[in-house]
Amino acid sequence: MDRIPILQMGKFLLVTIQVDLYDRLALNLETDLAQMVYKTGARGVLIDISALSIVDSFMGRIIGNIGTMSKIMDAETVLVGMQPAVAITLVELGLELKGVSTALNVEKGMLLLRNKIDSFSETDIEEQDDSSAE
Amino acid sequence: MIVVLNKDSLLVGKEQDVVPFLSRVKEYATKISMGLVNQTKLVTACSELARNMLKYAGGGSTLIEIISKGRENGIRVTFTDKGPGIEDIQKAMEDGFSTGKSLGLGLPGAKRLASEFDIKSTVGEGTTVMIIKWKNG
Repeated sequence: MDRIPILQMGKFLLVTIQVDLYDRLALNLETDLAQMVYKTGARGVLIDISALSIVDSFMGRIIGNIGTMSKIMDAETVLVGMQPAVAITLVELGLELKGVSTALNVEKGMLLLRNKIDSFSETDIEEQDDSSAE
Repeated sequence: MIVVLNKDSLLVGKEQDVVPFLSRVKEYATKISMGLVNQTKLVTACSELARNMLKYAGGGSTLIEIISKGRENGIRVTFTDKGPGIEDIQKAMEDGFSTGKSLGLGLPGAKRLASEFDIKSTVGEGTTVMIIKWKNG
């Protein structure tokens, strides 16, 4: 069966969607990602949709689900590479991507993920090392 | 007065038919050099309607046409199914209403994305949805 590959890059999982998805493929991706987050203990998921020419309400729901599931398992989700025409269409369609952060491209998305995760771990470290650092 | 310049009929009977159907719509839109934003809106609306047809009627047939009215060119897509029909069309056109487990954006969303939208449904016989996207509309 067709599957969208999920790549691991350190603490992050990287998904690049290169083809327009039919429903089963999108549902498989949702399940696979949840399992991969669990198996690898990933802290972040980066989804690149720069090759997608449309995002309809079904795809929007899948992306929202991925964001929510990852969040429950302590991973942040960042969606990158949305084409301008797709963004315009999504707004008109009335779809909100709740719980998913977005960035312009992969590079900015990676930076955003790192910042999100660093800001969590830094507050932990700061609390412990406050006296020694000063 | 609408003139049909070119037409093509495609069956959408299973999930895998949707992507080729959408590429055909896109191809037709490119033929009349519709802008990318309008193209994306049209294809997204078609995706919503094709999915509805699969989900509620187990598939149906589609008709893609290049039409012309005066100086304006456009694409007309008609979805015909022999499913259970829609009992309350007004309700089905409301945002967030769904008898399935979806977001309920399909019909109202498609209407917002298209230039013209028409739906006819008879319970027990089926549903026909027609949308038009004008090249500059």
